Amino acid sequence: MKLEDKKRVLREMVVHRRFEERCYQAYIERKIGGFLHLYPGQEACCNGVMEAARPGYDYVITGYRDHVHAIKCGADPKAVMAELYGKETGSSKGRGGSMHIFDAQHHFMGGYALVGGPFPLAAGIAKAIQLKGGDEIAICFLGDAANNQGTFHETLNMAALWKLPVLFVCENNLYGIGTAIERSTAVVHQHKRVCGYGIEAAECDGQDIEKVYEAAKLAVNHVRSGKGPYFLELMTYRYRGHSMSDARGYRTREEEEEWKQRDPIYLLRDRLIAEKAMTMADYEALEKEVDHYIEHEVVKFAEESPEPRVEELEKYVLAERATQMPWLTGQAA
Amino acid sequence: MAEMMYWEAIRRAHDEEMARDPLVICMGEDIGVAGGTYKATKGLFEKYGPLRVMDTPISENSYTGLGIGASFLGVRPIIEIMSVNFAWLAMDQMFNSAAKVRYMSGGQLTAPVVFRSPGGTAHQLGAQHSARMEKVFMGIAGLRVVTPSNPRQAYGLLKSAVRCDDPVFINEHELMYNMKGPVPDAEYFHPLEGSEITRSGTDVTLLGYNISVHWNLKAAEILDKQYGISAEVVDLYSLAPLDRAGIRQSVAKTHRAVVVGEDEAPVSVASEVIAILNEECFFDLDAAPVRINSANVPQPYNHTLEMATIPNHESVVRAVLKLFGKA
Repeated sequence: MKLEDKKRVLREMVVHRRFEERCYQAYIERKIGGFLHLYPGQEACCNGVMEAARPGYDYVITGYRDHVHAIKCGADPKAVMAELYGKETGSSKGRGGSMHIFDAQHHFMGGYALVGGPFPLAAGIAKAIQLKGGDEIAICFLGDAANNQGTFHETLNMAALWKLPVLFVCENNLYGIGTAIERSTAVVHQHKRVCGYGIEAAECDGQDIEKVYEAAKLAVNHVRSGKGPYFLELMTYRYRGHSMSDARGYRTREEEEEWKQRDPIYLLRDRLIAEKAMTMADYEALEKEVDHYIEHEVVKFAEESPEPRVEELEKYVLAERATQMPWLTGQAA
Repeated sequence: MAEMMYWEAIRRAHDEEMARDPLVICMGEDIGVAGGTYKATKGLFEKYGPLRVMDTPISENSYTGLGIGASFLGVRPIIEIMSVNFAWLAMDQMFNSAAKVRYMSGGQLTAPVVFRSPGGTAHQLGAQHSARMEKVFMGIAGLRVVTPSNPRQAYGLLKSAVRCDDPVFINEHELMYNMKGPVPDAEYFHPLEGSEITRSGTDVTLLGYNISVHWNLKAAEILDKQYGISAEVVDLYSLAPLDRAGIRQSVAKTHRAVVVGEDEAPVSVASEVIAILNEECFFDLDAAPVRINSANVPQPYNHTLEMATIPNHESVVRAVLKLFGKA
């Protein structure tokens, strides 16, 4: 990665981390409701892959841990935070919530809350790209536990069969909700499960963004050049529980501390400091600047935004009626 | 107006829509090289090729999801699920993805996808190949449900469903693919909403859809000829939304209603229609509305038991006579 890109991505990852930590606080304050799945610890996965791809151009789809993926594709953090607050200015106009962030304009095709649900949707997006003849690719980010759903196997089979331009990124954070991977899954290393479908696959350290970037470059090039799907497994760790009601009784604090020694943000920061590209003081100033941005722009926007109108409760259930009348009434031809 | 079989009408709608728009595709098990279990896609593979006429693996949930994902980018897939019994496996994608994506994205994404699938009791297909599931689909917000009772509707409803931006489930019937009927020679779009009066009458309204329209027509004939009772037959080809106004208008005229369906009574299409009768027609009714449904059992294999499970025109005649105190 180029130095300028590394510095830019470091700031982005700090934004992502601070955004998520601020969500935690707002949830405790009951300003965010429902379920909230946070991303700290895994930032190098999304950032490393998307640095190798084309954010806003390639199509991205994921599960319910989706805030950072949306923002990385180009969604405004203000609109994402407003969505978590359930406001009309939210990315889904307050109808979606934390698990359903969408930004179609930036080709972020959404967060979905059925584990494994996005696999076939991603393949379908790739099918549409194939039919239209574009050079975009579909990227599906999901966790390791999604691979125990039937959709994983069914989709891999079809993606390989039809050579669809789809990159499956498995963020292996070692836990499916509160069950350790070795207690739920016969094969811990997920890339090994893909060989039965004849799909190219690799495993990579998911904490070191430069390693993720290099692995993702190979993966993205493979898919974009028309060679069919690719499966990239990134070994990572989520610091927080699965969602907010999770006290993490299924793992030790020692294990958590061990992973925090290889924090994706600090790894990159320390490398930049060692390369004399920045100082610790620069980093501290960066954190301060990001905190100010999150508090005084992002959270402020969400707090001050209006609620959706109850009169528009049914607005998005079906397509705008006026535009569909020929088919509803049969008065077309 | 040419006579055409139900399957031929569906095939014609596919062909016309695929010829018009390169983003209309069809997919499903055995629909390509084999031409479709009920011939609804016969010859399309040769004409449009494997990229647009996709023989899928037997993976209902995921090929359905794949079609839905493609529809997010403006592709218009017509997804055949060989038997509605297999649609249970695809309901996750149909309900959680197609039906909800527009709402939960605040109107950003839409899934203009068509699902076609036959259900119903055919010839001794047993418990796992005889389901009637329209009752399940019609209760899902964000999904339109239509069910053609004749070749004209089969053709026109598919045409409209392909063009409509909402996901549409088309409930067909395994026994009806070889039914013949007139279909307009010119391009025809059947309305996705509303109902049709198939036979006018003044004494009782027989509400049905798909195959039960035919039981009702036969019953109306008998009631007229043998008992002097004038029955109006209403075809509820749209199950979601149901045509409240159409139901109200007919019952306001006849003051009596019998609702007939091949599904089982608990939580049936008839349950919902009778709720509408209560809400819309309570003071118009001269008698409590009646529903006629299948027995609430997994479909038996034995032919005698199978026939005892489902209603027919005779059950309708009996119910009407009882309503008039003649039985």
